Amino acid sequence: MVKQSLPKRIGIAVLGWGAAFVLFFPLLWMLLTSLKSEPEAVNPSLTFTPTLQSYGEVLARADYLSFALNSVVISVGGTILALALAIPAAYVMAFHPTKRTRSTLLWMLSTKMLPSVGVLVPIYLVFRTLGLLDTWTGLIVVYTLMNLPIVVWMLFTFFKEVPHDILEAGRMDGARTGAEVWYLLLPLTLPGVASTGLLSLILCWNEAFWSLNLTSSAAAPLTAFIASFSSPQGLFFAKLSAASTVAVAPILVFGWLSQRQLVRGLTFGAVK
Amino acid sequence: MTRTQTLLLAASLLAGTPALAESTLTIATVNNGDMVVMQKLSSAFEKAHPDIKLRWVVLEENVLRQRVTTDIATRAGQFDVLTIGNYEVPIWAKQNWLEPMDGLPADYDANDLLKTVREGVSRDGKLYALPFYGESAMTYYRKDLFDKAGLTMPEAPTYDEIKGFAAKLTDKANQTYGLCLRGKPGWGENMAYVTTLVDTFGGQWFGEGWKTTIDTPEWKNALTYYTDVLKNYGPPGATSNGFNENLALFASGRCAMWIDSTVAAGLLYDPKQSQVADKVAFAPMPVGSFKGGPTWLWSWDLGIPASSKQKDAAKTFVAWATSKAYVEMVAKENGWVAVPPGTRQSTYTSPDYQKAAPFAGFVLKAIDSANPNGQTKNPRPYTGAQFVAIPEFQGIGTQVGQTVAATLTGQQTIDAALKAAQSATERTMRQAGYPK
Amino acid sequence: MSTLTTPAPAPAKGRRFNGLPFLGPSVTVLLIWMIVPLVMTVWFSLQRYNLLDPTVTGFAGIDNYEFLVTDPDFWASLTNTLLLVGSVLVITVVGGTLLAVLFDQPFPGRNVARLFAIAPFFVMPTVAALIWKNLMMHPIYGVFGAVARALGLPAIDWFAEYPLLSVILIVSWEWLPFALLILLTAVQSLDREQLEAARMDGAGALAQFFYIVLPHLSRAISVVVMIETIFLLTVFAEIYVTTAGGPGNATTNLAFLIYARALLQYDVGGASAGGVVAIVLANIVAFFLVRTIARRLEV
Repeated sequence: MVKQSLPKRIGIAVLGWGAAFVLFFPLLWMLLTSLKSEPEAVNPSLTFTPTLQSYGEVLARADYLSFALNSVVISVGGTILALALAIPAAYVMAFHPTKRTRSTLLWMLSTKMLPSVGVLVPIYLVFRTLGLLDTWTGLIVVYTLMNLPIVVWMLFTFFKEVPHDILEAGRMDGARTGAEVWYLLLPLTLPGVASTGLLSLILCWNEAFWSLNLTSSAAAPLTAFIASFSSPQGLFFAKLSAASTVAVAPILVFGWLSQRQLVRGLTFGAVK
Repeated sequence: MTRTQTLLLAASLLAGTPALAESTLTIATVNNGDMVVMQKLSSAFEKAHPDIKLRWVVLEENVLRQRVTTDIATRAGQFDVLTIGNYEVPIWAKQNWLEPMDGLPADYDANDLLKTVREGVSRDGKLYALPFYGESAMTYYRKDLFDKAGLTMPEAPTYDEIKGFAAKLTDKANQTYGLCLRGKPGWGENMAYVTTLVDTFGGQWFGEGWKTTIDTPEWKNALTYYTDVLKNYGPPGATSNGFNENLALFASGRCAMWIDSTVAAGLLYDPKQSQVADKVAFAPMPVGSFKGGPTWLWSWDLGIPASSKQKDAAKTFVAWATSKAYVEMVAKENGWVAVPPGTRQSTYTSPDYQKAAPFAGFVLKAIDSANPNGQTKNPRPYTGAQFVAIPEFQGIGTQVGQTVAATLTGQQTIDAALKAAQSATERTMRQAGYPK
Repeated sequence: MSTLTTPAPAPAKGRRFNGLPFLGPSVTVLLIWMIVPLVMTVWFSLQRYNLLDPTVTGFAGIDNYEFLVTDPDFWASLTNTLLLVGSVLVITVVGGTLLAVLFDQPFPGRNVARLFAIAPFFVMPTVAALIWKNLMMHPIYGVFGAVARALGLPAIDWFAEYPLLSVILIVSWEWLPFALLILLTAVQSLDREQLEAARMDGAGALAQFFYIVLPHLSRAISVVVMIETIFLLTVFAEIYVTTAGGPGNATTNLAFLIYARALLQYDVGGASAGGVVAIVLANIVAFFLVRTIARRLEV
């Protein structure tokens, strides 16, 4: 790489940090507001005495840990189930394609484009009949189905990158298909599978329509926790910011820790 | 029976005994201040009733309404106690969706409930929900700003006078706005206010035979007034201000006048929640050309869905949360000014409350004399003051509310808006099968 | 059956492979997930069915569809849906590409800066909308208003004056990091020697970008467009929290219109008709857009 001139390098650094600052600013402001007192929070200024009072009030009013636990269980459950269903499907599509593979894949993706609100009442009635309202199982099922098309498609693009010869060799050795997937394909595509799982996890965590409508208390995740702080009486900016911060923090930290993995997986497949 | 089966049965009996007596109630409520206090104080209830556990679902009003309506209409039975308004109670009672509130404890004293509020949650003389707090509407204003400008609020202000005051009190440079009004679209937000405004300008939603009467001169006058004062003397962003947002604006000293629910008084006079507690004063709701129309009455009530499996435990809780003892408990914890207002005669006869809440007598009179079933200038086929007591109104009110908001932002002229609202409402009413 | 002479990569060499046990589960559950609500939706759409009024019953024929397409808001909602999807796609793809090229350059603290830049993608849409509505765009309490006042300008009431633009901004803010992440990955896999060679030949920065970088990115851009389209067609939480579809119908997209009909009026019949229209629309979009993009992805 040719060395760039100093002014140019400074310019790039300023631009890069500027872009990062602009994109991050709303979240930074949320964090700052959460540390203000309520009267200070309605005043967009930078001078204030930091206090954890709002966090105290938010945590006293709602059982944060139970909401967070529900979020974790439902997101992880939905992701694992989606991967379990999608890996065999993507394997077949990538290594044993037929004339119908392409249309099957497109059909799967098109199911994602249907607005959830359109089918809320039917799903609600079915869930009531099956006793799935306000249960972990109910939401895990919905999230699995919701993300399955994307998961299948991403895995498909990763699997397609694997040279057929490698699997062929395994098959010559008499490996059964299950073993072939488990011992050969998955280790080879692990970064891709991991980044697919990460994406599914993030999407589950942030989903706010089904989680609000199909749960009440026992299985309610963090999106429901936020809904109880969104437009209450009196001054609420600081409490809203505090509640938002604790709802976003786990997935944000998780996302930051795993972003290398996410990127590595993406390089491996579709985007290469 | 094998031995294992016997053992299992015995084990389940042993394990089951305490579980049988214990019930867990799921309570759906709004995230308004008084309900948050109820949630906080409910540990006292759990202590007094060790066999009843409480689970709370606290949601923003719109989300809550959508959740409980879906739940009760499909009889899903996810909730045991619902927080609903006096708009829903009679409609839902008619569908047999609500459990009648009979067999209340002897010391409950249902006759102590204010008559108008009690009637609002009754059907055929039977209570179908118990009122948690009640409200009418009034005008709040800043005494200090009026004094400074040399103005006096009359005993019974008219809308013309209010407009004159608003013009004089608006000081945009200092972010003080003459008049704050609800502008956030929704049947329970801007349309609650606009409906009362239309009434006092001589208009109404429907005429005889359920003929939609929106595209009329009365509505035009009312909307012209509304957009005129809000655009010129209102705060910026009026279309996102509902009750809570306006409360925050007034409490932080940004409004000189505000016309809204009486329940705000308890918050505005509370120095812990308001920066203008010592400067606020009140007057009745202003009137326009037509006087003596229906007057604002709203109550938030606790009801029990017919699909609940724990009706007795639920009734115990509802009776507790709306009892005299509960009011006293709030007074002890948070001061008398913060008690849930507008439901019980005994609250208003309490000397402590009268001392802490200078507005007590005024609010009592407003609620006592509230007449949501009063006649509009021309005869009308429906009841309700700030709403129309038919199931379709939620949808109609919200849609028309959006159209009204569009006139505030200048996206539609008033004429075009009224025409659109008229045709949309006619469509919905036709679809719903009116006239019935 | 293919023979051994078929050039690789060929499908299922050697023996006949039965893919059903592998593909079956996914297809079955998705079919159920689609068919059960679909059948119920189609059925409800032909009925008079209002949750709030059990006395309204009976066969409605095509009344619900007629009611929907004669609704002036319906056509506005289609336009808004397309505007929203189109604008966000343009903003995120163009912005994402520029940012990707920027973050590909070495500068001090680049990795940390990148972490900050991708953060919005991890934020729940409801929280994003609440932050923007209350802390950023609010004309009195918001940062934008404060900045405007400090500059002596009147504060802009975003959701009243530029409602659709405001929603587009919020949604773009959420998806820009996603585009950045994917496109950056693609930029980093660019062949440096090719760029070097182009520079030797005297190609300027712009020429390098348009003739080498952009073609290289086309596949990644397709991925971004496809995944985003899937999510943008059903944007709901951002609108629900900020404008509730208004003022008027300025920000009502199809998803929100169905919501307003289904859950505000509890007109299940009418909402189901909207749902059926949405399904048809989804398939049309899938047919055109996904097909063109999928071809580039060598599906």
